[in-house]
Amino acid sequence: MAMILNDDQVMLRDSARDFMTSEAPVSHMRKYRDMGCKDGFAHGLWKQFAEMGFTGILIPEADGGMGMGHVEAGIVLEEIGRNLTPSPFLTTAVAAVEALKAADKAMRDRWYPGILAGDAVISVAIDEAAKHRPEKINARAERSGNGFKISGAKQFVVQGASADMIIVAARTAGAAGETDGLTLFAVDKDSAGLSMDSARLVDSSMAAQVKLDGVEVTADAVIGDVDGGWSVLTRLLDAGRVGAAAEMVGVGSGAMDMTFGYLKQRKQFDRLIGEFQALQHRAAHLYGEMEAARSITLKAQNMLDEGHKHAEQYVAAAKAKAGLACNLAVREGVQMHGGMGMTDEYDIGLYMKRDRSLNEFFGDAWYHADRVAQMNGY
Amino acid sequence: MSDLETFRAEARAWLEENCPAEMRTPARSDDDVCWGGRNFVFQSEAQKQWMDRCAAKGYTVPDWPKAYGGAGLSAAETKVLRQEMARLGCRSPLNSFGIWMLGPALLKFGTEEQKVHYLNQIARGEIRWCQGYSEPGSGSDLVSMQTFGEDKGDHWVVNGQKIWTSYADKADWIFCLVRTDKTNKYQGISFLLFDMTTPGVTTKPILLISGSSPFCETFFDNVVVPKDQIVGELNRGWDVAKYLLGHEREMISGMGGDGGTSAIGGAFKEMLGEEPVLRAQMALFDVDNLAFRAHGERFMDEWKTGKAHPAYSNLMKYAGTELNKRRHELVMALGGSEALEWDSERTRGGAKPRAWLRTKANSIEGGTSEVMLNVVAKRILEMPGA
Ligand SMILES: Cc1cc2nc3c(=O)[nH]c(=O)nc-3n(C[C@H](O)[C@H](O)[C@H](O)COP(=O)(O)OP(=O)(O)OC[C@H]3O[C@@H](n4cnc5c(N)ncnc54)[C@H](O)[C@@H]3O)c2cc1C
Repeated sequence: MAMILNDDQVMLRDSARDFMTSEAPVSHMRKYRDMGCKDGFAHGLWKQFAEMGFTGILIPEADGGMGMGHVEAGIVLEEIGRNLTPSPFLTTAVAAVEALKAADKAMRDRWYPGILAGDAVISVAIDEAAKHRPEKINARAERSGNGFKISGAKQFVVQGASADMIIVAARTAGAAGETDGLTLFAVDKDSAGLSMDSARLVDSSMAAQVKLDGVEVTADAVIGDVDGGWSVLTRLLDAGRVGAAAEMVGVGSGAMDMTFGYLKQRKQFDRLIGEFQALQHRAAHLYGEMEAARSITLKAQNMLDEGHKHAEQYVAAAKAKAGLACNLAVREGVQMHGGMGMTDEYDIGLYMKRDRSLNEFFGDAWYHADRVAQMNGY
Repeated sequence: MSDLETFRAEARAWLEENCPAEMRTPARSDDDVCWGGRNFVFQSEAQKQWMDRCAAKGYTVPDWPKAYGGAGLSAAETKVLRQEMARLGCRSPLNSFGIWMLGPALLKFGTEEQKVHYLNQIARGEIRWCQGYSEPGSGSDLVSMQTFGEDKGDHWVVNGQKIWTSYADKADWIFCLVRTDKTNKYQGISFLLFDMTTPGVTTKPILLISGSSPFCETFFDNVVVPKDQIVGELNRGWDVAKYLLGHEREMISGMGGDGGTSAIGGAFKEMLGEEPVLRAQMALFDVDNLAFRAHGERFMDEWKTGKAHPAYSNLMKYAGTELNKRRHELVMALGGSEALEWDSERTRGGAKPRAWLRTKANSIEGGTSEVMLNVVAKRILEMPGA
């Protein structure tokens, strides 16, 4: 597959770019932050996403969606990143949709229409500790009657309190550390025994700590196979990871462009600060890192779309590289803005905060570099 | 079957038929690299056969037009041919500065006569070229170069000195920057070609830290160069020189993506359990290496479709060479004290430390990393200032 966007993809990018910059630029994010919005995003905007067709990008055509791939989802995510647009796109339209592809028709019919309409929000509950370690999942689902009883604690459930349904990864067999024996469940927000503690994160997005205290679900709530949830979870996670990488390419690019603009406008010592070679070299190096991140992300998206056997390694490398490059972009961004970079009024700091959350979401750069090493046999 | 798949099948069959078994084993050292030229000593009959057969088929320069010794392949076909060669493990039939550097410049700036003459010689591996750019006082600031060609009607008389001229002592001809107008810095340089056996040309090898002497000081003492041996217009050699540098940087950047840690060899894997910090460095290197390879792929796709920024090869050169230096630092760290041996049999004459030291030149030759960053900042990022 070519490493350049085709005409349709360029059109999608242009319309996503126009949409985000006019409907949900950084000022939109700031507004919702300042009013202390309990969702951390605007439901009205989620509806607009649906009208633009964005929410159905990954939903198969047979299910009423656009049937497009990770390259297309990534195009939208990059614009989301560039504008710091708060939305449930990554969790709902990317990670959850990808998992639901493994669900039976009844469940797909239950959730896809709401996603396509921009009504439904779905969260994913994977992590159980401060760091992302999906293989260590310890939440238990025990057979009970014709269904299951789930108990455990989850955290970093992004937009959990706003979700209509939460995809919960729990253990139906085996012990923490094993990839066999996991099962994914669709858990309704109103389920008895489900409780949540929501917190605002550094980037002003919302995430919940979720307690499952004997939550009863029927057998219909299982997504994929009982005990065979690892493959569905991998699919969900890879979609989420390459999606987060794409969003970070957007966040990093936004921060970088803003910084380069500042270098061409701010004067000190009677010169534009962009004339200083010390800053030029760092700028050029940063540009190279961001370009490499963009490239590996596109490569990983292509490979996922092709079902390539090494896709997982490239996704891990993309999440790691995009994380490192985006992090460099926001750090250089704040530094090169001087005192201005430390002010809340100026946007660069918002990019730094968003980067921190995205880097942590679905595993940080160190975790994924470690996975790359393992997949290379060391 | 698509045309491309038909071509793949044909290319594969041709390679299987024509590539000698010995040429399908990895090169063991620099000696296994075929450079061609009048004085080249072939390592084996197979090495010569392989070069000659490829030359006859146009496969030493597959994407050049047939009239100039190529096979006239499209970019897509060339890529397929390279994939098939890699699949069979074929060595490169012929390496040369003629192919990588002078060729592209001649294709763009040469006269029809020059193209037919010089390009065919390059394609057949008959003439080996060297590059006379740098001078003792002019490295990064190349345009300040002083080697002077005095106009004598139907020829120039060239006097001056070049330095760091790779393989000058082995090359047959030189493409050389010569000042033909002392009053104009940028538009006072001409791009001349001449035979290294011309009276007045002498070379003196320089020993490198890697222990080899691949490059020389090159002296010109009243060297006569006929007027038809100029590429491009008089005093406009800087345009040719810069265009050629673009290709050179692209070529050097390609070395960065040779392979990840898996290409370093498998033996180290067991020991890494005891070396968590080194293992982490390897993992981050692998991430960067995968990213660099994807970056190179994307760059080529954008280049072919005219979407790449004209100065982009400077960025690739910077990224690729810095990555390659990192790779060899890791090779040395993994090798530990065994990688220190300089000439023992079991280390194939200190292959690791010599290769490691050689890579330090990657970010100097063809323009330093600092100069690459200058160019990226100014031309791509459009940073202000002189
Ligand atoms: C292995 C090898 C092979 C070579 N082969 C050839 C060849 O075949 N033909 C040929 O003509 N030349 C060749 N060269 C020469 C090469 O092109 C020069 O070495 C290179 O351009 C740097 O010039 P210099 O050595 O004079 O270093 P200098 O220009 O003196 O640089 C010294 C240091 O100063 C830095 N510097 C210089 N200017 C700036 C600036 N504006 N901003 C920031 N930093 C700066 C450099 O980056 C470097 O770190 C070769 C070099 C090597 C190492």
